[in-house]
Amino acid sequence: MTDVKRKTAKSPASKAPSARASTVANREFWELRLYVAGQSPKSLTAFKNLKKICEERLEGKYRIEVIDLLENPQLAKGDQILAIPTLVRMLPTPIKKIIGDLSNTERTLVGLDLQPVNPSGRS
Amino acid sequence: MAKRRNTVKRGLERLTKLPTGIRGFDEITGGGLPEGRIALVCGGPGCGKTLFGMEFLVHGAVDYDEPGLFVAFEETPEELEKNVASLGFELKDLERRKKLIVDYIPVERSEIEETGDYDLEGLFIRLGHLIDSIGAKRVVLDTIEALFSGFPNELILRAELRRLFRWLKDKGVTSIITAEKGNETLTRHGLEEYVSDCVIILDHLVRENVATRRLRVVKYRGSHHGTNEYPFIIGDTGISVMPITSLDLKYGVSTMRVLSGMPALDAMFGGKGFYRGSSLLFSGTAGTGKSSLAATFTDNACKNGETCLYLAFEESADQIVRNMRSLGIDLEPWVKKNLLHLHTFRPTLYGLETHLVAIHDLVNKIKPKVVIFDPISNLITVGAPSEVKSMLTRLIDYLKMQGITTLFTNLISSPNYLEETAVGVSSLMDTWIVLRDVESNGERNRVLHIVKSRGMAHSNQLQEFVITSEGIKFRDVYIGKGMVLTGSSRVVQEAQDKADELRRKQDVARKSQESQRNRKVIEAQIVALQAQLESETEEAQRFTEEEQLKDRISTLERDRLSIMRHSGD
Repeated sequence: MTDVKRKTAKSPASKAPSARASTVANREFWELRLYVAGQSPKSLTAFKNLKKICEERLEGKYRIEVIDLLENPQLAKGDQILAIPTLVRMLPTPIKKIIGDLSNTERTLVGLDLQPVNPSGRS
Repeated sequence: MAKRRNTVKRGLERLTKLPTGIRGFDEITGGGLPEGRIALVCGGPGCGKTLFGMEFLVHGAVDYDEPGLFVAFEETPEELEKNVASLGFELKDLERRKKLIVDYIPVERSEIEETGDYDLEGLFIRLGHLIDSIGAKRVVLDTIEALFSGFPNELILRAELRRLFRWLKDKGVTSIITAEKGNETLTRHGLEEYVSDCVIILDHLVRENVATRRLRVVKYRGSHHGTNEYPFIIGDTGISVMPITSLDLKYGVSTMRVLSGMPALDAMFGGKGFYRGSSLLFSGTAGTGKSSLAATFTDNACKNGETCLYLAFEESADQIVRNMRSLGIDLEPWVKKNLLHLHTFRPTLYGLETHLVAIHDLVNKIKPKVVIFDPISNLITVGAPSEVKSMLTRLIDYLKMQGITTLFTNLISSPNYLEETAVGVSSLMDTWIVLRDVESNGERNRVLHIVKSRGMAHSNQLQEFVITSEGIKFRDVYIGKGMVLTGSSRVVQEAQDKADELRRKQDVARKSQESQRNRKVIEAQIVALQAQLESETEEAQRFTEEEQLKDRISTLERDRLSIMRHSGD
């Protein structure tokens, strides 16, 4: 019963390297799981925001797995998903869970433990 | 142009109630919880909310074949299973048979960062999936307030809770939501606003060193319900709520009579004894013989093959048996034959309600014809008099409905209050006998008298009795010379009376003898006089005869002379 709908996003080959990117992001591979419920507006927003953040911060070293609970409700139990959308950072450990459509970037970064790029500015 | 709506006349929708299987609760609510609706159960920690929900599901699965879902936000399934295993609920077995699902959903604040708009659709999906997987008809969410600690955005949370309750109703399941009791509001987070169909409060008070649990139905939309606080206990088989059973005092009565084993006592009741199913009260000060009377009654009932349940609140069973031997009553054989069941309760050990339930259980198991409570005065140490009376009312009602004859002994502290009972239960009793010590001439004697006995004629006399080694013996009280005496005064007086009587008899005898002698004397006199009379008569006769002779002789002489004179010329 591990039939999950996957959407793997790959980062564009060329990307302006950000010298001040997080050191964590440079070293490790990120596994992210986004739990959604169908194509609801919140779910779509979350995916859009997530992709944006990953492209900016993770330089290709990431994989996003989208799990649609409407199709596989039993999977909610594994990660104890109550809120939709929920983003779970599987790797690197420790597991981090954040809820919401990720429109608050600062909070998202804090939740994912990604340092903001600009200490003074907000991106 | 506005289209005219066809208003369909809707008949009054009758609210169907789903039986919970929780003892006593379905009676209070007239059937159980509202079907297809949401009931809120709130209370402080340890009040029994989780157990209430669990019982609702277990009974639903076992007794009514309705699968259930238990969503635990605070306890793990293992903890839950352990907690209810002692009540005989085999959760694992029910889960195996797909009659129950216990789902643990931990909600931890520290884990969750809120980054924008969200909803709790995940919860809905999860619940929906579980409900559909076994076709659950009953759902318990324990405790919904855990969500508040997990999701700090109250606006979203409250909106979602409202949505959740609507969703549950639409799903057609009957749900119980548990919540913590709040300080000013009913629940800490004001959930009662959303759940308006049925609200139940549980609490757990400690009063006078005894803990009592109580349940109250605060709201039950669409149904009338008992609004009182009902005490309940959590016993061996789960929650037991004890409502006052016969609210309309309806129970069949018997006209059969039960003898007490003491003919003199039965005689005070017109010779036929007490009605079966009636309640008897023996009250008196210490040492007046209440327990002895009760034991005699018991002995007699057992002799007639009737099962008895003797509830001792003061003495141990062994002590009672031993003490009654000195009366010549041997209760041991009845115990062996299972006709007599002696149970000792230390009143202060448990709350009143625990006693009540324990007694209920015993009665159901043993099915006695007679139940003896010796004494009930101890129960006041466990609760306020009004509570004790309430408990006894329920108990007596229950026993009367079963046609069980009940006998109570009650200790009175002071002879001045003989015709009051400390718990005011005399109004519940059909027959009331007061035992007293009468003091006179430096000693105390036992008497009893009947204060009341509903439905039969009874004596109003004081009856003296003694407790001998051959049981209780009744003595007729001395009534004579306008006095009532008992004890040695009676004995003295009776002896006096005997002496008096003897003397009188002797007097009579003597007089009669005297008279007889006199008569003899007179008779003798009469005989003498008679003899005299006879001799006098004889004498008189002789005299007369003599005179007659003389007369004849003189006549003859005269004649001779006359003849001689005439012939001489």
